[in-house]
Amino acid sequence: MKNPRALAVQIGFMLLPIAISLAVAAALVISVGRDPLEVVDALWKGAFKDSRKLGGVFNFWIPLTLVSIGLVVTFRAGLWNIGVEGQMMMGALFASWGAQFILMDESLSPLLNVVLIALSALGGMFWAFVVGALKIRLGVNEIFGGVALNALVNVISIYLISGPWQPRIGGSAQGTEPFPAASLLPEFSSTFPVNLFMIALVIAAFLIVLVLLNATRWGLNLKAVGVNMRSALLLGVATERTSMSAFLVCGALAGIAGSYRVVFTFDNLRPLASGGIGFLGLLVVLLLSIRLLWVPLIAFAFAAILTGSTRLQIVVKLDASLAGVLQGMLVLFVMLFHGVQEVFFPQTLADDNANDEIGGNSLSSGTSNQETRIHHRGTEDTEKKVKRL
Amino acid sequence: MDIELRNIHKRFGPVHANNAINARFSHGRIVGILGENGAGKSTLMKILSGFQPADEGEILIDNDIIDYTGPAAAIANGIGMLQQDPLDVGAFTVLENFIYGGLKGITLKRAEALAQLQNLSARFGFELDPYQPIDNLLIAERQQLEIIRLLALGVETLILDEPTTGISADQKEILFNALRRLAHDEGLVVLLVSHKLEDVIDLCDEVVVLRDGLIAGEMDMPASNDNLTSAVIARTKQQLVTMMFGEALEAQQRPHYEIGAPVLRAKALVVQDQRLDMQPISMTAHAGEVIGLAGLGGSGQELFMRACARLQRIDGGALSFDGVSSHKASYRQLFRRGCVFGAAGRLEEGLIAGLTLTEHSALVADDKLQIDWKTVEKQTASRIERYRVKGRATDTIEQLSGGNQQRVLIGLLPDDPKLLILEQPTRGLDVDSARWIWTQLLERCQRGAAIIFNSADLEELVTYSDRIFVFYAGRAHEVPDVGQTTIDELGHMIGGEFHS
Repeated sequence: MKNPRALAVQIGFMLLPIAISLAVAAALVISVGRDPLEVVDALWKGAFKDSRKLGGVFNFWIPLTLVSIGLVVTFRAGLWNIGVEGQMMMGALFASWGAQFILMDESLSPLLNVVLIALSALGGMFWAFVVGALKIRLGVNEIFGGVALNALVNVISIYLISGPWQPRIGGSAQGTEPFPAASLLPEFSSTFPVNLFMIALVIAAFLIVLVLLNATRWGLNLKAVGVNMRSALLLGVATERTSMSAFLVCGALAGIAGSYRVVFTFDNLRPLASGGIGFLGLLVVLLLSIRLLWVPLIAFAFAAILTGSTRLQIVVKLDASLAGVLQGMLVLFVMLFHGVQEVFFPQTLADDNANDEIGGNSLSSGTSNQETRIHHRGTEDTEKKVKRL
Repeated sequence: MDIELRNIHKRFGPVHANNAINARFSHGRIVGILGENGAGKSTLMKILSGFQPADEGEILIDNDIIDYTGPAAAIANGIGMLQQDPLDVGAFTVLENFIYGGLKGITLKRAEALAQLQNLSARFGFELDPYQPIDNLLIAERQQLEIIRLLALGVETLILDEPTTGISADQKEILFNALRRLAHDEGLVVLLVSHKLEDVIDLCDEVVVLRDGLIAGEMDMPASNDNLTSAVIARTKQQLVTMMFGEALEAQQRPHYEIGAPVLRAKALVVQDQRLDMQPISMTAHAGEVIGLAGLGGSGQELFMRACARLQRIDGGALSFDGVSSHKASYRQLFRRGCVFGAAGRLEEGLIAGLTLTEHSALVADDKLQIDWKTVEKQTASRIERYRVKGRATDTIEQLSGGNQQRVLIGLLPDDPKLLILEQPTRGLDVDSARWIWTQLLERCQRGAAIIFNSADLEELVTYSDRIFVFYAGRAHEVPDVGQTTIDELGHMIGGEFHS
């Protein structure tokens, strides 16, 4: 029931930040004497030139989408799960343990793959459980707890790599010995090096979480706890259990993402094997204001830019971190414009409160829930209008 | 300063909150603004004080049309509003708050501000310690600070929203004397928004009554001179009620139900608090009983109620609910056994902004993972009808007015609770809505629920309570003979004056 003007504003506010970040990135490129179009070309070719490149994009997309789905769940519950990176890493550790010590015959490899994925999910849940317990039982903010646990799991992984799990010959802190072939996830083909089972798993996770969030009591409880924990408690929601379940779901997905890194992307455990993908997931979810529906698409765009950026160095002689700059700016500008829209065009935002319009239960009709927002405005832009006379 | 409102309109969606309001407020007069909830009086005052703009219409100050947006601009034009909850900064001291609002230039000019603060306090008989943090102040003192802060900013029109809620009889007298002096001696315009007709009759020179966004009537009051006999008061009250509601309301009498078995037993319950010296409190609530807790805000009643609901740490003593020792239970465990806590701040604690009425219904419906939306929608529709909520099932809760939010909250209560612990269940509601809420609560009482509630409205306490405990400085005193206690006596008790 939006009027055309509101729709125009809405679309404008979606496109403008993208345009501005591209313009700033272009200006940066020009300022160092390179051609932006050349950069675009390099990025494009780096991501989509052939099926091998495309496979590379998918290999980023799989873990990134998994953590992003998990983060939508924790954000929905009002939790900033910064610890997602460490949860990935703990998943990777659990999978690495299994890959090295559960020895199975090559013919049982598919079974072992499943076991390793399950193990990694347990690892991620374990680390998320610690963050959740600290938060719920001891009142430690999940951001602080998460940062601490991220550091701790890195220390543990370096200890394992340079200690108990170090290669028998030439041990260093570079990584463990390559895992037995039976432990590794198979490639679809050498021209499209992607594991199809994991793609199916990502799609399944996406659909299941989408339904859980939007059509079940659990999703509603998460939302209630996320908006107002005190109210939810008084209305009889099991708030502690709900928060914990959000952590556990996110931890499980992050753990699986971590295992993918060590049993597919690499073939061993390395320090920082999670590769910052958890943090990138935070950006994806923030960029989308916690809307799950678009996660796979945006994660794909991020994965493509990142994969493509490896070519920048070779072709345009620009550092690959330009991709990170672009993504960072994109998130900043999107959030900035979201804020601007909230303040100056609140009526165009009516349907927009972090809600996937798919469960059929939230039908607020775009006009007048803005009273409270208007009140905030009144106090903010106080002195804008002056006396007419 | 004289203020004139011309043809003020304000719409919120389909609601015409102010419909062609014309009014004139003259200097030296105390004007009461009356009306039931949703009549449009808050909207009008918010427009006047710059918190929100009018859709149409003009505000004239001394016959000049003035256009302003925002409270700061309103204050610059000489119009200041005292909110129901004074907007001050908790951790700041009195002096810092005083300076903070009027900050000009870079330096704080403490000495100058201190002199001004003390000077103004002395003039109105306020006793404010400049170095006391705001958090330690009573509501009445925060109001006093806010008044002199606005005066120091040069305000010539003072708007007060329900200023007598939560203050004692003595504090009210000090406030009213200050307001009389401001209007009658110093020529300010004082606008008083209130539900309490006694206060309005006691204080105001004239009243403007709003109903459904329209001016329903204006009237000169029998004046603030001393010939206010009880007969005059009663007659005036009846006139005002007729104007507000279009009909005269009968005084509500509360039926008393048979008192059953003990539901909640607190034995020498100790709650520790940094600011308050809380003494052990013992209290037993029986099925069918209504216990009212009186006291100034922050006297310990809130802590005690929260401790009973296990939302506050218990540091000693014993608590049992429904025969089971409960001082270590969680709120949720008590909730599942029939103890419900209702907090005073509806949107802060109770309802969830952003969720629709249907979603609220779904939250309390059951525990099954699958939500049966058809049933929930039916339940919501029947709640809306039964509790006469003005709103649609698909509205988010913050789209509703305060009174309707409260109706929803009451509607979400379980049908057969064993114990209801309610913080100010009718705060900010008009007489009619408040009665309706009580009808609902008493229905549950009749079915065997015990109710423990607190209120800043002494009349509410006297009307509905079987027993009353007065909280003062962390101690609870049971009022011996509730039937014989007058509102005035209770007003003195909450200020710490006990006969015995």
